[in-house]
Amino acid sequence: MNAPLTIAGVEFHSRLFLGTGKFGSGSLMHDSLAASGTQLVTVALRRVRTDGASDDLLAHLESNRYRLLPNTSGVRDRREAVLAAELAREALQTNWLKLEIHPDPKYLMPDPIETLAATEDLAKRGFVVLPYVHADPVLCRQLAEAGAAAVMPLGAPIGSNQGLASRAFLEIILAQRQVPVVIDAGLGAPSHAAAAMEMGADAVLVNTAIATAADPVAMASAFALAVEAGRKGYEAGLPSLAHEARASSPLTAFLAQGG
Amino acid sequence: MTFETLWRKHDFRSVADRIAAKTTADVQRALGRSRGNLSLEDLAALLSPAAAPFLEDMAQASHQRTVERFGRTMQLYAPLYLSNVCGNICTYCGFSAQNRVDRLILDDQAILAEADVLAKMGMQHVLLLTGESPRVGPDYLVHALRLLRPRFASLSFEVQPLDVADYARFSHEGMNAVMVYQETYDPDAYARHHLRGPKSDMGYRLQTPDRLGQAGVKKVGIGALYGLSDWRAEAWFVGLHLRYLEERYWRMRASLSFPRLRPHEGDDALALTSFGERDLVQAICAFRLFSQEVELSLSTRESALFRNHAFRLGITSMSAGSRTNPGGYAQIKPSLEQFTIDDARSPAEVAAFLRAQGYEPVWKDWDGTYDGQVVERPVVEAQPC
Repeated sequence: MNAPLTIAGVEFHSRLFLGTGKFGSGSLMHDSLAASGTQLVTVALRRVRTDGASDDLLAHLESNRYRLLPNTSGVRDRREAVLAAELAREALQTNWLKLEIHPDPKYLMPDPIETLAATEDLAKRGFVVLPYVHADPVLCRQLAEAGAAAVMPLGAPIGSNQGLASRAFLEIILAQRQVPVVIDAGLGAPSHAAAAMEMGADAVLVNTAIATAADPVAMASAFALAVEAGRKGYEAGLPSLAHEARASSPLTAFLAQGG
Repeated sequence: MTFETLWRKHDFRSVADRIAAKTTADVQRALGRSRGNLSLEDLAALLSPAAAPFLEDMAQASHQRTVERFGRTMQLYAPLYLSNVCGNICTYCGFSAQNRVDRLILDDQAILAEADVLAKMGMQHVLLLTGESPRVGPDYLVHALRLLRPRFASLSFEVQPLDVADYARFSHEGMNAVMVYQETYDPDAYARHHLRGPKSDMGYRLQTPDRLGQAGVKKVGIGALYGLSDWRAEAWFVGLHLRYLEERYWRMRASLSFPRLRPHEGDDALALTSFGERDLVQAICAFRLFSQEVELSLSTRESALFRNHAFRLGITSMSAGSRTNPGGYAQIKPSLEQFTIDDARSPAEVAAFLRAQGYEPVWKDWDGTYDGQVVERPVVEAQPC
């Protein structure tokens, strides 16, 4: 068992967060979530009924088992994000929010300017904001100062399964983190998730790789193992990489003898 | 510049000839491209006769890329015809002005009766349609939006082409998308099939998606009505139009539809060009490989048998339980339908079929809040964690 992660005062024993989109059925999603051991699941506000009517997706989520993290997928600017957030808070009875503002429907790239402004506004309104952003070290610092409870930089374009394409920038973000860092988007294989955790990520969020696998339940379990192993490796203290062999007869050995 | 300027640079017949000349090597090159890197020449190859032997390969790749992007889900929607009054004479359409049939414009009571039926079916995404007439102009459409907005998550229009200011007004009132099919990109066929009325102005129609982009509309649906001219060239022009819109109005989402001509009132003399089910599958797969993110829609014009197989080849949304005449759901009074549907299954039956195939039918994938809808709700204070 890994050391727990705390975000906004809430403790998580699983460092694997899951998305709920793209599953072939509600029951498959339910079983995959269970197999992953996750405790935090993100739900697209656009997918759930917000008018009080019964909702098929929510019906498959055990509310006592998972903390819901509504996301604003589909909004294009800060104004829409705030409207969506207020609706999510009322409809889903949580002030936690995964802030997604991507005005570009092709690559779903997050808008840093609108995201920063919305984070500041939403934090003042009492939301626990987890913004989805580029792996931009300066932006992540600004978001923390603006009141983000955690930051969610992307590993690669969302849904691309390319893994840690932004590794060099993620390493900087992790080195100077002021709030937990959840690596989100692009993680296509359990090994990607393990690598993210070995780097020192506080958690990862996975959706496409699990939901679109031939066997989503088995893949959810595989990601759970990978996240736990990666975190354990990080906590155990990974040896640093050496690019050259170390000489067995060091040139400076004589210094130790002479003092 | 508008798309019309770009369109004028490409002669329809020359495009058809260029597609016909594509070779096996061209197809293989297109199939070998990495995701998101297919050019318009690659699209031409995938639409060409040379691609026919590769149809299964295209279908496999199209299925895979669709699942990666959209998952095993299918958006369901329904059309709601508000009126069949139309001032155009078009050879292929049941609403054509010369057809001597009862015309109907739904009033408030009838619109709400239709809405009740659709809501009971579970529909949350509704496409509002009319013929072209000043009697169903912007004021009527805004009124319909105001009536329906509290009842559905997403409202889209397929109505007469209008001006930028009209579209901006609709967006402000909660409209999410506009479908405006060019019918044909072949100027000769366009003139042959649009005999009278405002629709005979091909240029105004060609520029409509530009006006939507300028108005900041969130989503546009484009396409051709297959059967009016050479389908391969039509599809290529749709691709040209799609890429133009993606580059110029990058915030606007796009969807494509694949309407094929269906039997309708007054169609006896209509000479159709060939566009069979194999061709339709080739077009669907070619577009998915050309654009992994474009939404592809398949309507009840197609048979249940075809839809039951084609839905997994790249399609992301399907209509279900459609009525193509105003008042058709609540059966207010008999009225002219635009075309005869083929797949007559209820939405529940279509949803049950999708579930049995391992696909999740999605009734709601939008929220009126995103279109600025502010519902009167009690103020809720932030809850502590």
